[in-house]
Amino acid sequence: MLDGRGSIRRRSGARLWLSAVWLTLFVLAALLAPWISPHDPLAQDLMLGRLPPAWVAGAEPGYWLGTDSLGRDVLSRIIHGARIALVVALIAGTATCLLGSALGMVAGFYRGWADRLISRLVDIWMAFPPVLFAILLIAVLGTGLTSVILAIVIIDWTRFCRVVRAETLNQSKMDYVHSAKVAGFTRLRTLATEILPNVLPTIIALLTLEMGIAVIVEAILSFVNLSISTDQPTWGGMIAEGRTSIHQAWWVLVFPLVALFLTVLSFAQFGDGLRERFDPVLR
Amino acid sequence: MADNIFEVSDLRVDVADMTRKPLFGPAPRLEILKGISFTVPRGVVLGIVGGSGSGKTTLGRTMVRLAEPSGGRMLFDGHDIAHLSDAAMRPLRPRIQMIFQDPLSSLNPRLTVGRTVAAPLNARANDPRVGEALEHVGLPAEFAQRYPHELSGGQRQRVGIARAIAMRPEFILADEIVSGLDVSSQAQVLMLLEKLVAELGLTLAFISHDLSVIRRLCSRVIVLRSGEIVENAATADLFERPQHAYTRELLDAIPTPDPSIRW
Repeated sequence: MLDGRGSIRRRSGARLWLSAVWLTLFVLAALLAPWISPHDPLAQDLMLGRLPPAWVAGAEPGYWLGTDSLGRDVLSRIIHGARIALVVALIAGTATCLLGSALGMVAGFYRGWADRLISRLVDIWMAFPPVLFAILLIAVLGTGLTSVILAIVIIDWTRFCRVVRAETLNQSKMDYVHSAKVAGFTRLRTLATEILPNVLPTIIALLTLEMGIAVIVEAILSFVNLSISTDQPTWGGMIAEGRTSIHQAWWVLVFPLVALFLTVLSFAQFGDGLRERFDPVLR
Repeated sequence: MADNIFEVSDLRVDVADMTRKPLFGPAPRLEILKGISFTVPRGVVLGIVGGSGSGKTTLGRTMVRLAEPSGGRMLFDGHDIAHLSDAAMRPLRPRIQMIFQDPLSSLNPRLTVGRTVAAPLNARANDPRVGEALEHVGLPAEFAQRYPHELSGGQRQRVGIARAIAMRPEFILADEIVSGLDVSSQAQVLMLLEKLVAELGLTLAFISHDLSVIRRLCSRVIVLRSGEIVENAATADLFERPQHAYTRELLDAIPTPDPSIRW
């Protein structure tokens, strides 16, 4: 049969594959960092400071993306930085998703006082400027990976909560929910087996988006030096260091930025691609 | 077992009239059903007709307790279910089923037909009762693997019927179930219902605004107007000797094929 679906699927296929390839590279780099990075990411050598990338005149062989002002290899630091980014993306993204979606579904389905309480909480939460809130939280919790993850979860659950609540509210008005009641389902069973499958595509799209956002928030916190101690390479930390020498050594800033950009973009595209691929209604 | 599966007496439903709500204080109540009494004998197909806004859908939703009445009694097989809580109602649910008007929104779009039919039975999609129910409504058992959006309107409504009869209920409420279908699917679904009523001995309440559909299927008819019953009669009597002016108005609104017109 001739219709528009064939071309749509091809496009989403390319998108899905490109983002999957980058994310696979990202995950492999993070997992295999000690073995594949060409240099020790922390080894300083002032004689090799500010070496340009391999294809620029004056480069030293073996330092593909150049070195920073302390002579540390940029490529190795990006590869090691992927570890922190991956941990933050997975743990913070998933935890945010679970907390926000659960509260959103409860608010949207049960309504009443639970909805009023959760919705007001979301309103109050969102009135805080998020970056300042994060900085404040880190100041209270202390720096470190756990605090970064905790800060992301505490700040960003509202993003899930609002969207999932709205979607649940929509779905709860459908006749299939009434039909579940007529069939004698308990409220909890209706929520878990009837509404959840319909809200899940939204949740998955949001989850991958949130993983990207978690990477960005970590980078922002690294940028203001509130994330991980400086002897552990992070993309945000590298961008912050590169900023001071942007005119002498642009590569220190640009390459981590590109890695960050591609990762965040891939997460979002991957989510949408997955949704289009596996949602029975869109398929 | 009582002879009447439903005994409804002085049933009242009202809702808050938000269009006339004062700035402070509660909104006035708007009566949807104004004290309705009727019975549904076992094995009878009862038609409920009325114009738009007459309260027929509200009556249906109240009978299956998707809504709670504000007054009156509603005996189902001797139990007063008018004010039962959700939990107290649950053991009775399998005995009272409903077929919905819009088959697309009443079927979960992300569950296969098999899972939709199996879920109320607490069974898996490959349970023999699922195939049996699908067969009863004239769908091949392979349809269990399909999603609702892959079906035509008539097929979807058959799935809705299959889900209702799979529970072997004693009473089924059908709310305008053919009004969303094209004429040929309508005829097929009606034929199917006639067959099921005969085979399974169902007691059915059939809500419709279309008297020609009612005439085909029902043995008794209730005519509703603005929340009141204006006529309650056997179908033949109603069509032969309508007692109330409103019933005659409805009867006159049935389009009849006129053999004198040629085109």
